[in-house]
Amino acid sequence: MQKELKKNLIAYSFIAPNFIGFAVFTFGPILFAFILAFLSWDGANPIMWAGLDNFKRLFNDSQFKTSFVNTIVYTAGTVPLTMIFSLLLAVVLNQKIAGRNFFRTLSFFPYVASLVAVAVVWNMIFNPSMGPVNMLLRNMGVENTPGWAADKNWAMFTVILFSVWKNMGYYMIIYLAGLQGINPELYEAGDLDGVNGWQKFKHITLPQLGPTSFFVLIMLTIQCFKVYDQIYMITQGGPGTSTLVLVYHIYNTAFISWDLGYASAIALVLFVLVLAITVIQFRGEKKLS
Amino acid sequence: MNQLTHKNAAVTRIALYLFLFATVVITVLPFAWMLSASLKLDKDVFTFPVRWIPEEPRWQNYEDIWTKIPLGRFIFNTAKITVIVTFLQLVTSSFAAYAFAKLDFKFKNQLFLGYIATIAMPWQVYMVPQFIMMRNFNLTNTHMSMICLQAFTAFGVFLMRQFYMSVPDELCEAARMDGMSEYRIWSGIMLPLSKPALSTLTIFTFVATWNDFLGPMIYLTRTELKTIQIGLRMFITQYSSEYGLIMAASVVVLIPVIIVFLSLQKFFVQGIASAGLKG
Repeated sequence: MQKELKKNLIAYSFIAPNFIGFAVFTFGPILFAFILAFLSWDGANPIMWAGLDNFKRLFNDSQFKTSFVNTIVYTAGTVPLTMIFSLLLAVVLNQKIAGRNFFRTLSFFPYVASLVAVAVVWNMIFNPSMGPVNMLLRNMGVENTPGWAADKNWAMFTVILFSVWKNMGYYMIIYLAGLQGINPELYEAGDLDGVNGWQKFKHITLPQLGPTSFFVLIMLTIQCFKVYDQIYMITQGGPGTSTLVLVYHIYNTAFISWDLGYASAIALVLFVLVLAITVIQFRGEKKLS
Repeated sequence: MNQLTHKNAAVTRIALYLFLFATVVITVLPFAWMLSASLKLDKDVFTFPVRWIPEEPRWQNYEDIWTKIPLGRFIFNTAKITVIVTFLQLVTSSFAAYAFAKLDFKFKNQLFLGYIATIAMPWQVYMVPQFIMMRNFNLTNTHMSMICLQAFTAFGVFLMRQFYMSVPDELCEAARMDGMSEYRIWSGIMLPLSKPALSTLTIFTFVATWNDFLGPMIYLTRTELKTIQIGLRMFITQYSSEYGLIMAASVVVLIPVIIVFLSLQKFFVQGIASAGLKG
């Protein structure tokens, strides 16, 4: 009995330093988030019970609708493009080619680079009037060069391009790990049958990478739902509301309008989106394994 | 037939190299532009065709940034927060992970489930209540707030636990037989073994803290407390047309992350694969 107690106490002493911090600064606020969504508070005046009012407001909030749709559009654009490019890059960097490790490291640079720094470069390169991209397009004879981040029809595309560029290297590494898990005998069998590279890719690589692709899909989708920084740096949600996304709307509602309860209600919508994806992942994993 | 396959293989190979070449160019160009523009006069930044190597490199830019903005102060603030967060994260995560991986105790599964349940929870969902709480603790506009926010993550515990699970239990059993305490086993056996996992966690934590934007933007409003990302952003907004200076400051901000990444990257690929991030 005493020994059992001692064993437990030792174990708790290992967990305590992390758990106390985690419980206070993460777990507590998460529980609070669910309560806050039912309150009305500006951070200064007395807190009022709002019941379901905050959630009813969602339906009449045109900015919420816009930001919801924009988040979906951003996700629908970023996820497939990132997946295709990171997979192709991983396949290439899995070949026996000269300088392979160098290229692997290099392709990871955009991911670790400071967003503020690379976003400002991006904005300069894609500057509609003076940037080298549009200069090049003009030299090639394109007359109506795109306005990129400054044009409401191009802004979302510009942000998506930037996100693909920034995150490609990270998912490349995950794909690379997946590729290295494929049994080489499968390819040897393919060689014996005289199968060409493309067929090998289609009939061996892709199916074998199923679980990895699924994992990348889920991670990327969740990451896209909570996008904020990229948007803030490149378009500030504009022009107009053309790149306003959910987290941008949460930030503005909370820290500019100080409408804390309502901000938490919007945040719960984000939570439901992520939860849905997580449930799909859970089901999918069961199916795949 | 055989010749045909060879020809096909060659074509595939060329296509792969072309793709690789294009990707490398796209990856590197923004960095090259940054470096090149950081050594130019503002009026020369946008000359077209791009002059990649400036005729007279303007090193002055790299001197001016330290006086135009309190860049040294920003870097010091960020370095302080990043080092403390990374240290706390490594110690407390590997400590807790040891218990979850190698010890049996009451409520183990429930506690671990508590961690797992929050891994997928975006910080953006609870950043507002967290801010209210921090304000009640009088922690807004302190570096302590940034440290508390980032030092104790479910991700760190999970990553370390996954690694420790792959270490054979017999190793710990044998040490216990020799009369080693659990603390000694952790510090003497587990920590030295877990270099790849610790390196992976170091890169993730270092990069995330160094590059964090939204957190400091919410919590640190006083200039002397700001981190480098917020400081750089402030500079960009204030001096929007001083391209040369902005680029020089950007290069300076990138350097620490690149050094940490390059010195630990050997472990990194291995770490991502072995830590079970694949799912």
